[in-house]
Order: sequence, then structure tokens, then C-alpha cells
Amino acid sequence: MSASTLPVPAAGAPVRRTAAHWGPWLAFGLITAFLLCFLVLPVGTVIYTAFVTDTGALTVGHFTNFFNQGVFRESFFNSLQVALASTFFASVIAVPLAYLTVRFEFRGALAIQTLGVLPLIMPPFVGAVALQLIFGKNGSVNLLLDDWLGFTIPIMDGLVGVTFVESIHYFPFILLNLVAAMRNIDGAMEESALNLGARGWRLFRRVIFPLAMPGYLAGAALVFVKVFDDLGTPLVMGITNMLAPQAYLRITTAGVDDPLGYVISVIMIAFSILALWLAARVMKGRDYATLQKGGGALQKRRLSTWESLLAYGWIVLVLLIVLAPHIGILLMSFAQVWSFSVLPDAYTLAHYATIFSDAKGMIGNTLLYCVLAAGLDVVIGTAIAYLILRTRLPARQWLDWLASAALAIPGLVLAIGYLRLFKGVTLPFTDTLVVQTWVLIMLAYAVRRLPYALRSCMAALQQVHVSLEEAAQSLGASRLSTIRRVMVPLMAGGILAGFVTSFITAAVELSATLVLVSAESQAPMSLGIYLYMQSIAGRGPGAALAVLAVLVVALGTYFSHRFVERSRTTVASTAKA
Amino acid sequence: MQRKILAALLATGVFAAAPTVHAGTVTVITSFPKELTTAYKKAFEAANPGITIEILNKNTTASVAYIRELPEGQRPDVMWASAPDAFEVLASYKLLQSAPEVINKNAPAKIGSYPLNDPKGMYYGQALAGYGIEWNTRYLKANKLAAPKEWTDLVKPEYFGHIAISSPSRSGTTQLTVETILQGEGWDKGWSLLLQMMGNAAAVTDRSFAVPDGVNNGQYGIGIVIDFLALAGKYSGYPVDFTYPTMTAVVPANIALVAGAKNADEAKKFMAYTMSVPGQQLLFDPKIARLPILPYSELKPPAGYPVPQDIAKRAKVQFNTELSGERYPVVISLFDQMITFRLKELQAATKAIQEATAALKAKPNTRGNELLAQARSLAYTPLVGAENVKNKEFLELFRKSRRDVAVAKELTGMEQLWSDKARANYDRARQLATEARGLAK
Repeated sequence: MSASTLPVPAAGAPVRRTAAHWGPWLAFGLITAFLLCFLVLPVGTVIYTAFVTDTGALTVGHFTNFFNQGVFRESFFNSLQVALASTFFASVIAVPLAYLTVRFEFRGALAIQTLGVLPLIMPPFVGAVALQLIFGKNGSVNLLLDDWLGFTIPIMDGLVGVTFVESIHYFPFILLNLVAAMRNIDGAMEESALNLGARGWRLFRRVIFPLAMPGYLAGAALVFVKVFDDLGTPLVMGITNMLAPQAYLRITTAGVDDPLGYVISVIMIAFSILALWLAARVMKGRDYATLQKGGGALQKRRLSTWESLLAYGWIVLVLLIVLAPHIGILLMSFAQVWSFSVLPDAYTLAHYATIFSDAKGMIGNTLLYCVLAAGLDVVIGTAIAYLILRTRLPARQWLDWLASAALAIPGLVLAIGYLRLFKGVTLPFTDTLVVQTWVLIMLAYAVRRLPYALRSCMAALQQVHVSLEEAAQSLGASRLSTIRRVMVPLMAGGILAGFVTSFITAAVELSATLVLVSAESQAPMSLGIYLYMQSIAGRGPGAALAVLAVLVVALGTYFSHRFVERSRTTVASTAKA
Repeated sequence: MQRKILAALLATGVFAAAPTVHAGTVTVITSFPKELTTAYKKAFEAANPGITIEILNKNTTASVAYIRELPEGQRPDVMWASAPDAFEVLASYKLLQSAPEVINKNAPAKIGSYPLNDPKGMYYGQALAGYGIEWNTRYLKANKLAAPKEWTDLVKPEYFGHIAISSPSRSGTTQLTVETILQGEGWDKGWSLLLQMMGNAAAVTDRSFAVPDGVNNGQYGIGIVIDFLALAGKYSGYPVDFTYPTMTAVVPANIALVAGAKNADEAKKFMAYTMSVPGQQLLFDPKIARLPILPYSELKPPAGYPVPQDIAKRAKVQFNTELSGERYPVVISLFDQMITFRLKELQAATKAIQEATAALKAKPNTRGNELLAQARSLAYTPLVGAENVKNKEFLELFRKSRRDVAVAKELTGMEQLWSDKARANYDRARQLATEARGLAK
């Protein structure tokens, strides 16, 4: 590894005169205040319950009670097993897609990368409904198999089913980060390896993949943590013996104030932080920075006829499976009745008419909340990445831990925390309550999706060699203009990956939305889909709205990819000139 | 730079975010489907110009949390949902206020033996619901199954793996169904019936809506559901049908005025409207398909529409609300520990027992029959006896706050005991049944 880069160990990064500089301290203070107000305090007011008795005295008794429960141990191992298996299968799907489309001459690479992000756009419960119709016990595939071959594949049953749905829902996390990381690899590394005789699998295993490791680990850790505390999928599939459903069931049973639910939340938070810490441990003491970015220097290789046949075959197969929920939803949105049959009985456009007359405001709401939330996320994410990797402020690592802890906070807990913490607080100069505005919804999105943006920004900055900034500074650029003119452009791919991930996952957020929306006029699309899908006659309109949501977000993703491609070309040509 | 833009955006956003609530707005928090709420909103606004209905759709649990966390004067005005337990919770936190003037005098005081309105006067019945069995006709045809008519039909081996139910701890309506069976058959016999039915279950779902949804799309063949969800599916063209078993109960869905409501007067108008003749007539819409509280002499029901009074009359069970409330926590906890969390083991035991029964029927064997009887008794006996559940001290334990560590320890210890015992019993039952089957040669 270190042989392929300049021998600058990360730990021994050049000493900086940060103490005298107020900038980083200000950023540090602002971020800490934000995280305190909108993450630590609200969550604290809720999970405090796990540590006190009914008289308010502190106790760890609830934890001992909990660990004595057999159901817990079983749930814990089930969650762990599903999370590990999903991370594995997500990698199997994502790594070839990323490698083939970034490093080879490939027709439709951009389209494939955009399509590959689509699964994230679908709220998990909608995806599960659609997958039941296609791969379920009596879904299209099994009905056909049963007719033709006399057997069925129970892929939607039990833990296998959860793993299946999670893998195809969350693999884009790996894809997005890996694509960004591979684009950033110095083409010279690959050329040198080729010159030295490394080919095919060996080239990938010994050179490309290790160099893209920060991106891969960022994505894989996200998949692991996300699956570990995902609630929607197991619930929709009727699996209760996992941690998140156990916590949810205990917190939300009406009128039962059961501290065990909060105990599970605390344990999930601790475990997610542990997983992220492990991923960081693996990276520690290694240097992945290369001097030259991919961009213009990137030489794409060609595949032989046979290789491209194989590659296209694999990609088509993978895309067919991962896009099955979308195909299902598309059919549902045009279907009159679809029940126990391979395809719907009859088709209609009525559901779209319903949507266009009923749900116009929702599209605007989704865009407004999610763009603001994702924007906030990348700004904070870049700042945290900078503070951690480029300054020596004490306790800077805590920002990372804090922000990442948001991953493990169930939306329900965060939302209830907001309602409690901001109870009675009014907007300045008005008598409107803060909890009845959409600001909290947007902030909840920003806080919950911050870890995604943060991981991408960190990975991006890890790949920028520090000497590039030193060069800028020695040429007289101030710290701020170095950040603005050198670092941010070099990190653009990673920042964009972070923005896109935050944006599209915020667009499907439901659990916090359910609690925080205080008027129908504030409802974003995810809530609209959910409400429609909760009624018998609402399936069609719900599916139509989901199709619309996918379209809106997919277009957004596609254009931001285009934007980066274009700015990359500009940068490259300026560099040459 | 970016930060500045963001700050500016945020600042404008904050002011634009303030919702415009004018004087005549009634906020209704409800878990009911969009079709129903939209129909009522449109009809009421047309009849009462100047009053706007703002619907706030949340599931029942989230609704309760939402109302609890808001200060007086900022809460929604009306709570409208099925599950009576949610209203009980709200009443116990003093979050409801009585509004007896909204009651329609022409509605009966009782439906069957169930009081239509809360005896304490905090919430009122607005529509009726019965529980029963829904099935997908294509699914049953493809699997060559007959449509079930009674709960006892569901224990037959041919229905193995075809049934879905939601957990009573999650769904107030399922809790009522389970309680109806327990009251109709008696505690021990009722649990035995339930355990055998659930041995045939394909899934115990979290949301009550997942059951009719799964039956509609053919994922499950048979579902244990509340009537209107099944009927709405049927009238919307899905290949499904529904029946009320004789052992059913008809109970009201409720509406209540929230304490500290912003617009109490207009809110009362809306509540009275939902119980008036035009408000009740709306329930017959095929997409809504609910049973009205008013007698059919005052309304114009579509031909062939179920008559709640007839179903209540036919129903064998005299539903005892007090008994149901008393043992509610025991029933839901026992159901979860014996069935929801141990479904896999229960299914395996049931499969083995059904195979052994068939084998021994073909080739009888005395020893085999003995083993099989043991297996059945192990698998289908509740872990809490009929005597225990009458014990006041035992019931009291479940009422205590779980935030007290000692209480929580006792309760989780008991749940753990049930869970382990259930698993051991199911495993043993499966072994015995397999052995019995081996003897049938």
C-alpha cells in the first residue's frame, strides 16, 4: 500500500499552527452547538428513561433485566447475522458494477450508475410490497416457476427475505462511495501496475481495490449499520426477532412506558458506533492519498468481446433484480386489480389523475426539505472532515462519533425528543410553535442523514494528498481560499456523493416524518405514499406517487452526476492549459 | 459563502414555515384511511361554509404520542380512531373532554351487549366494526381449498401456512378478536383453539393493515381481519370475500374531543355531523364500507349490505368489556411470547402433529395415539392457567410501572420463562409427534 504512494504516514501529518487560528475553533463550536441542540439533547431527554427508575433515581437495573432475556440474545444474533450477510451481498452487487463502469470503456456507464442508485429512492415498505408481488410466495416469479417447473423459491421468507430486501435496498451506499473513490485513483498507479505485468483479477485485487478502500469501507460500514438498525423492512416482512423491531414494539405499544425499548436503543447506538469505529480502525495508520486525481488522467481500458458479453450479462441480471421493486411499483400504478396473478388484470390511468389533483404540494415539500437538509449535511460533513483530518484540535474525533451516532437513533426517538425539547418554544417574533413548522422536519432529516454525507466527505478528503494544500499555501493562498479553491474542488465527487445519498435517503424518511408533520399541507411525498398505501383503494394512487417520487429524485441524481462530470472536464482542461 | 446562503434560506424558510391556521379550522387527528377522511372533509365543508377541516393522519400510537407532547391550546381538536385502548390512554392522561351534546339520540345505547359510548362519557361510537375471516378466492381455488366459515375451521391441516393475523399487542382490533374467542370458548379451550389456528399461520404481522393487504394481493390465502378493510377490498374489485363467524363481537370505532382544543365549538359540530344521518350515510361508500351506528330505518343502505344488529344478535358471545380490560396486558404478552416470537417452533410442532394424525388415522397404533395426545397437550396448552388469570395479585403486577426496576425484573423474568417454556414445549411436542408418526407402520 504505502509503496504506491508518497511515504507520508497519516499520523505524522505536518504540524500546523492551529492554536493561534480562530477559524477551526469557530467551526468546531458551531457544529458542536448544532449537534447538541438537535441530536444530543433531544435524544437524551428520551433515552434518559433507560437509566432511571420510576422515582427518578439512576439505575442500570433495566440493562441487567434486558440481558437476562433470551429473546434479546436471539434478536441480537439475528440482527448481526442479517447485517453481515447483507453487507456481503451488497458488496457482491456493487463492486462489479462500480469497477466495470468506472475503469472500462463502457456504453451507458452513467445510466447504469444512476439506475444503480434507484433502490435507495424507494421507501423500504413500498419496496417490500412490490417485491412481495414479484418474488413473494405467490408473486409473479414463483407463480411462473410453479406453472412451468413445479417448484417455488421462498426467497422472501424469514431472515433470508430480510437479507434479500436489505441487500438490494442498501447496496447503492457501496456503489456511490466506491464509484467516487475509483474515479479518484491516480491513473498512473494502474498504468504502472499494468506495465509491471499485473492483469485482470490480480490488478483489481492488489491495486485498484486497495486504493479504493476508503470509499468501499465508508459504504460497507454504512450498509452494516443501516441494516443493523433498519426497522421498516423486518416489520413489513413480519420478522419480529431482531433488535430494531423489538425496540419499536416496546416503545410504541400505546400507554406502555417500557424502558426496555429505550435500553435497546442505547445498545443499538453503542453497537453502531462500535462498527464505525472498527471501520476507522482498519483505516488507521494507512495512507490512501494519491497526488494526482483520476479525472482527465484516467485511462479507461477496453474489454474483449467475450468479457463485455459477460459483463453486460451480469449487469443486466443484477439490474433486473435490483430494479424489480420499481418494475412492480410501475405496474401497480397502472393496475386496476393485481392479485394472485403474474400481471395485473387490467390497466388504468386513473391513479395518476388522482395524484395530480391531490398531491401537488407534496413534491415541492420533498424537494424543499431534502435539498436544505442535504445541503446542511455536506457543509457540516466537509467541515468535520476537515477538522478531523487537517487540524489537531482536541476532541475533534468526538464530532465524528457524535454525528455518526445519529445513524443509530431511531427516527421515532429523535422525533419524540424534538417534541419534548421544543415544547412551548415559539418562533422569534411570532406566536407560532416551532414544533408546528416544517423546520423541525427538515432538521430531523439533516441530523439523521448527516452520517452519510460525513462518511463520503471523509473518504473524499482522505484521498486528497496534503501536499496539494501545502503547495497552495506556500504559493500564498490563505487557509480559507485553499479550502475553497483547492480542497473542495478536489473533493467534489465525494461531496456530491454525500449530497446525493443524504438527499435521496431523506426523501424516503418516514418514521420521524410520521410524528413531526402537524398539517397535511406540510406532508412530503414519503408520507403521502405511506398514507395512500394504508388504505385498500389507495394502493394504485400510492404506487403512482411512488413512481413520481422515484422520477423526481432520479432526475436530480442524474443531473448532479452530469454536473460533476462537466466540472471535472473543466478542471482537467484548465489544469492542462 | 455556502453557509451564508444557507442561513438566508433558513431565515426565509422559518417565516414561510409558519402554518396559516385561521379561526374556523378544526384539526382532526385520525388513523382512518384517506378515502374516508376526504369524503367527510368534503361533505362537512360543503354543509358548513366557513369551517375548514384539517386532517392530520397518523397511526394510532403516533397520534397518542403527538397529543401528549403538545401544550394545551395547540393540540388537535378531534381524535378519531378505532382502537378503544388509545382513547383509554388519552383519557387516563386527562387529554379528552366530554361533549355529550354531540351524541345522536337515535342511535341505540348498546350494540349487542357492548355499550356504544364510553360509560365514563369521554368518547363516543361513530361507526361499528365486526371481526371475521377474509379470503382470496383465486388463492383458495389455486390451492384447492374451501372457504372457511368458523374459527374452528382454521385449525384444519389443509389450511397450514395459509393464514395471517396481526399481533394483538399491536392491533387493538386483533386483541378484541382474541378476547372474543377467549370469552366465547373459555380461557383454556380458547387458547387451545388459538394455538392450533396459529400453528397454521403463515405470519403474525405488525400492522393490522398488513393482513387485508396481504390477502388482497394474494400473499396470504386467509386473514383474520376487521370487516371494513375486507369489504372495501371486495367492493373495490379484488377477488376476496369475507364472513362473520358466529363467535364474533360488534364494537364501535370512536370519536372524541381533545382537552384544550383550539376550536371546541366547531369541533363539536364536526363530531355531531359524523353521527348525523348524512354523516352515517357516507359510510356506505364502497371505498369506505363501514357499518353505521344508526338503525337502517333512518338510512338508505345498499342491497345486501351487512346489518350490524343482526350480526350482534347472531353472535354467541356476550362481550364483557371489564374482563377484557382487566386481563388485557396478560393476554397480549402471553400471545407475543407463545405465538408471535415463537411462531417458527409452533409451526414446526403443528406440522409434525398434523402429519402424525394423518398417519395414525390410516394405520392406528395405541402407543402412537398416546404420544400424539401428549404432543397435542404440550403444544396447545396455555402457560397461564384459567385460575391464575383470575388472581388479582397476578393481574396487578402487569398494571405496575415497568420503570420500577424490581417490577420490570419480575415481568421480564416471567416473559423469559414463558418464552423458554413455550419453545421447550413446542420442540418436545414435535419430537413426540415425529415418534408417534414413526409408530404408524
